[in-house]
Amino acid sequence: MATDVSTSLPPQQGDRLKLRKPKSTSGDKAVGAVSHTMLILWSLIVILPLLWVALSSFKTSSEIFSSPFSLPAKWGFNNYAKAWTTAGIGSAFLNSVILVAFALAIVMVLGAMCAYVLARFKFPGSRAIYYLMLAGLTFPIFLAIVPLFFILKNLGLLNTLPGLIITYVAFALPFTVFFLFSFFKNLPHEITEAASLDGAGEWRTFFQVMLPMAKPGLASVAIFNFLGLWNQFLIPIAINAAGPKVISQAMASFASQAGYNVDFGSLFAAVVITVVPVLVVYVIFQRQLQGSVSQGTMK
Amino acid sequence: MTSLAPKTQPKRGGKSAAPRRRRKRLTWDKVSFMAVFLGLPLVIYVVFVISPFVQAFSYSLTNWGGFSQTMNFIGFDNYKTLFTDDIFMHALRNNILLAIILPIVTIVLALLLATFVTIGGSSKGQIRGIRGSSFYRIVSFFPYVIPAIVIGLIWLQVYDPSAGLLNGLLTGIGLDNFKSFPWLGREQTAMGASIIVIIWGFVGFYMVLFVAGIKGIPAELFEAARIDGAGRFRTLISLTIPMLRDNIQTAYIYMGILALDAFVYMQALNSGGGPNNSTLVMSQKLFSTAFTEGKFGLASAMGVVLAVITLIFSGIVFVVNHLTGGNKDVSD
Repeated sequence: MATDVSTSLPPQQGDRLKLRKPKSTSGDKAVGAVSHTMLILWSLIVILPLLWVALSSFKTSSEIFSSPFSLPAKWGFNNYAKAWTTAGIGSAFLNSVILVAFALAIVMVLGAMCAYVLARFKFPGSRAIYYLMLAGLTFPIFLAIVPLFFILKNLGLLNTLPGLIITYVAFALPFTVFFLFSFFKNLPHEITEAASLDGAGEWRTFFQVMLPMAKPGLASVAIFNFLGLWNQFLIPIAINAAGPKVISQAMASFASQAGYNVDFGSLFAAVVITVVPVLVVYVIFQRQLQGSVSQGTMK
Repeated sequence: MTSLAPKTQPKRGGKSAAPRRRRKRLTWDKVSFMAVFLGLPLVIYVVFVISPFVQAFSYSLTNWGGFSQTMNFIGFDNYKTLFTDDIFMHALRNNILLAIILPIVTIVLALLLATFVTIGGSSKGQIRGIRGSSFYRIVSFFPYVIPAIVIGLIWLQVYDPSAGLLNGLLTGIGLDNFKSFPWLGREQTAMGASIIVIIWGFVGFYMVLFVAGIKGIPAELFEAARIDGAGRFRTLISLTIPMLRDNIQTAYIYMGILALDAFVYMQALNSGGGPNNSTLVMSQKLFSTAFTEGKFGLASAMGVVLAVITLIFSGIVFVVNHLTGGNKDVSD
């Protein structure tokens, strides 16, 4: 599957283009102008709110209320310090990093294992397991949320990071298995046979032969799972309401204050703190990410 | 995600089995391998995903009110309560409204932008993209990576009546009526304003999806269409959209499922359900019924209603796509 979604032409087509020397018609120019206008307009709609948030994050609350466009009298990181400490963004950020790192690592390992077994071995019940996974993708999490609360309560995992980690793993599992299923399915069988002839057991075959070969698939799933878990909102507010806050909970507490006693400066700073890391990661990995989008949804 | 399933079903027989000679011997290696590789993920999955789904159905038939009270079977009384509850029915109608509007607007916008990016260039010679197309794609896709709750917070500020960006811009161009217009505080505008936020977050994602889809269409087809004298609009309607049918169906189901949830956005923009419950959605009602009021039986019934509507929605999309000629290959 081609992961390259850029608009550049393959070389031989570019050559043909030169030979023909196409001239732009006036219709082309009109369409081009309309296209650019609409695309620029949409880009502005995307960028302006973000730039405005970044600008506002340097302003004091009274400056924010005096005019939406005024520049701050003094550029400084006061709001950021307040957001990081007073508003608890710092500790929430750390909790989220720990939570997502563990959950992601575990779900990738378990998902790969499960997908591998389902894709490469034939045994009674494999189809039933497959449909069980499908059910997990089909039903909304909201259906599960009340019983889930009591399951975690009974296990003593309510309001704890381990409880969140295991729940994240469980709910990210079906997507991971589905995506990797087709990857393992398409890996050549000769290689497994060769590994087994060379004396590798099932464990070694998986970890030393199959897993490295599934790397492109693993990378795509990991990106999606990272975004999904990092952005998760419902699960933490339902089963971790009194536990160590994660980033989406810390951000939500700004929203629920709904105008009362909100320190708007630190609100804007908190938004910037949460957006900038994903922006940086996104710009670095945007090619892979956009490739994964087309890959994941066209399979 | 539901659409991924049918195409990746395990094929019976064929090459998928390990060599027969090895399967006969159940070695320790093999047994431990299967137990760990299949058993461990399955236990976690069944305990934390499948069992709550199943329990939700049985909870929904009880009057369970919380931590200490007993659980009594009351049949379908919770469902009767729900369907005579004006507020819940209002929330349900809001969800249906969202499920109708959100996918259509998002997909149309994403398709238009994808078309501009890919075939906005010259009509002579090879099909090619517009200049700066990768810039447009990177920018448009960006909202997709921002956490939904943060998107909600950003727009909560943009819509702020007195200090927000939107009213600042509107008064800036002379529309003084909007000096302190509460976009999220008026019944007439709250829903529309909320819908725009969700669209803002997803158009770029589907644009990238459609761009990839358009690039997957063989260039010869575009050339043939052009030689046959089809203009750009005709090409979009008669060639691009039919070829992207599966992508559009996927997008429609994703967006519809999102619209039937919509929890994060609505909770961020109007956590109380908006003026006169105009932006209240079922998921918000479910959450407050369960975790504020402690009526777990009733909340579970809401979950079941939500799940059933989600399934019906996906079913309708599949059927409509099928009836209107999906799965036909337009290239031959």
